Amino acid sequence: MNTTTLAFIPLLPLVAAALTCGLQNGRRAAVTAIAAMLGSCGLALAALNETWGMAVDTHTTFDIPWLTVGDTAIPFGFVLDPLTGVMAAMVTFVGLLIFIYSASYMKDDRRMARFFCYLSLFAAGMLGLVLANSLLLLFMCWEIVGVASYLLISFWFHKPEAAAAGKKAFIVTRIGDMGFLIGILLAFKTTGTLALYDGGQGLLELPISATVLGLKSSAVISLLLFLGAVGKSGQLPLHVWLPDAMEGPTPVSALIHAATMVAAGVFLVARTFPLFDVPLLDEGTLKTTDVVAWIGAVTALIAALIALGQYDIKRILAYSTVSQLGLMMVGLGVGGVAVGMFHLLTHAFFKALLFLGAGSIIHGCHEEQDIRKMGDIWKSMRVTSIAYLCGTAALVALPFVTSGYYSKDQILAAAWKEPFMKPVFWITAAASFLTAVYMTRQCFYVFAGKYRGSKTPHESPVAMTAPLVILALFALGMGMVLEETIFAKLQGKPIHDNFVIAVSMVVALGGIALGWLIYRGRALGQATDPLAVMPFTQKLWFDELYSATVGRLWALAIVIGEQLNELLLFVRDLAVLLADRIGNALAVGGDRKLIDALAFDGICDRLRSAGHTVTRPQNGFLPSYLRLIAFGAVALGLLVSWFK
Amino acid sequence: MTLHHYLILAAVLFTIGLIGAFTRRNAIVVLFSIEIMLNAANLNFIAFWRYSDNPELLYGILFTLFAIAVAAAEVAVGLALVIAVYRHFRSIDLEVMDTLKEE
Repeated sequence: MNTTTLAFIPLLPLVAAALTCGLQNGRRAAVTAIAAMLGSCGLALAALNETWGMAVDTHTTFDIPWLTVGDTAIPFGFVLDPLTGVMAAMVTFVGLLIFIYSASYMKDDRRMARFFCYLSLFAAGMLGLVLANSLLLLFMCWEIVGVASYLLISFWFHKPEAAAAGKKAFIVTRIGDMGFLIGILLAFKTTGTLALYDGGQGLLELPISATVLGLKSSAVISLLLFLGAVGKSGQLPLHVWLPDAMEGPTPVSALIHAATMVAAGVFLVARTFPLFDVPLLDEGTLKTTDVVAWIGAVTALIAALIALGQYDIKRILAYSTVSQLGLMMVGLGVGGVAVGMFHLLTHAFFKALLFLGAGSIIHGCHEEQDIRKMGDIWKSMRVTSIAYLCGTAALVALPFVTSGYYSKDQILAAAWKEPFMKPVFWITAAASFLTAVYMTRQCFYVFAGKYRGSKTPHESPVAMTAPLVILALFALGMGMVLEETIFAKLQGKPIHDNFVIAVSMVVALGGIALGWLIYRGRALGQATDPLAVMPFTQKLWFDELYSATVGRLWALAIVIGEQLNELLLFVRDLAVLLADRIGNALAVGGDRKLIDALAFDGICDRLRSAGHTVTRPQNGFLPSYLRLIAFGAVALGLLVSWFK
Repeated sequence: MTLHHYLILAAVLFTIGLIGAFTRRNAIVVLFSIEIMLNAANLNFIAFWRYSDNPELLYGILFTLFAIAVAAAEVAVGLALVIAVYRHFRSIDLEVMDTLKEE
């Protein structure tokens, strides 16, 4: 594996994006994009195979000098280590399945070619982000996936909600990106390099001793980078964009807003983990990782609470994603890279499965997303239902048989092991319990009871169900396969604690049991839902809170801005008026009155009137001429006699 | 009879001619008046010659002869002009003739 082959992993989808952007034929675009993705997937698996043979804590880098300013050179390169290997393999593999699924899901859309163009662009950006060995390249790819996410959320831009959701996603993540950018600048200022690994000279390898505002530089940098991760991964308080992002087509929700892009924030923390793992102050034990863990835990709990009261099948999954991303953050915070990445990987598979399953159900129910109008899907869509239940089991972390159980167990165990992280452990356990409740509730609504829609549901075509089946196998089996290897490769050991296992089983089974008790025999869709109470249906008023604070502030700023604008306009008008007056005065007074009337025309007039006066004696009357001659003669005579 | 008598007569003649030229509206009468003034001048020439120191040189007679010739030519031209003017204006009234000016 060398630079060229590694570069082809993100380049193939990029080329596909370039090729498909001009295509009209959706089928051809789909084939191009899927072929490119297949190529990348092959290369990524080869890369993964290579990293699996690497010794722990080795990073093969491939740097190309890019920007040289004076003595400072900013390289532009890729890094190959187990973290990128496993992440690239996951992104390309899940991406490939979702591409295949999309080809069927989007086949009636007029802009299918454009859809695949955006998807390929996204894949290119995401893979670049994963492989980047420079914070700058990582940030650029980070922004590319942000743009692709914006384009795909508002793909059906004729719907006002979709257009607004795209805008919201873009703007909210921008707040985090600003922190990320400042973090990059600070990192460059403190270390003079942006390369992550550079043979001992990289950002993550150099010891950073400088301090900023009394805190250690690495801590400040990591906090700023974490702000970027908070925006991208939908952590509190910037989670509000992610549920709205469900306005995009369902494969987009699966690929971008469940499996890959939203995990980019988690990946960023994992990638730059050495910066996070140092104390904030010189003395004391508080680390950035503790902040990460706390924010993750609170996010996990609050998102799970909101998910209880939602009726939109995709929105429930969206809040579930926010909650699970919170769990990954907890994993990173308490257990390190391996724990967080483990849950990221398993979650990518089962959440992509759930979203694709939801897409299949929505498709089968004639584009109905409201779970109150579903029901009895089990009878009509058998394959989808089984796959969806596998995904649900993984999300709920049903003991021993699902991948979610293994990864969540590691998070809980790591939290339990940390002496100061007991509250985080209990919050996480509560979030897991709520996860089981809301997923049971959703499954009751969707699969049980009587069908409450108007048109008969139907099973989706094979191109859509085949990816579901593959993902279902991964969702169930991957945990056991990965548990040992991922810890071996990403530093750390799996922890097995009987108390934690017991808690984990209790919350999963207890949640399911509670859901069962509440919804068994209930007239779903007609009677009131005991969990869809005000605070949950209203999403805990986060949007209202923001519109009342930030929105109000913004409106105030707009009003002030408008007033300033008015003032400026007034000053401008005044200046124009003044200039007009001065110009007029000069034109009238100076030019017309002085130069024209007085100097030029005036002299002419004078000359003309003088001429008139002089010509008056020449009146044409001969006797008067004669008189003048006589007068002249007399005058001449007098003159002559005078001088004599 | 001294020189003064002749000179007074000439002055009276000239004044008569001048007044006639100023006051009359008939072009021909004005022409007559001019001729009278001319002859007043001729009379002066003759008078000054006759009472000069050496009258044998005949200067005065010569001037007078020239003046009479010129006056004859002038009358010829003047009458021709009067006829031309009459043809144009159908009148020889000087008040009618006011075209000799800048319009």
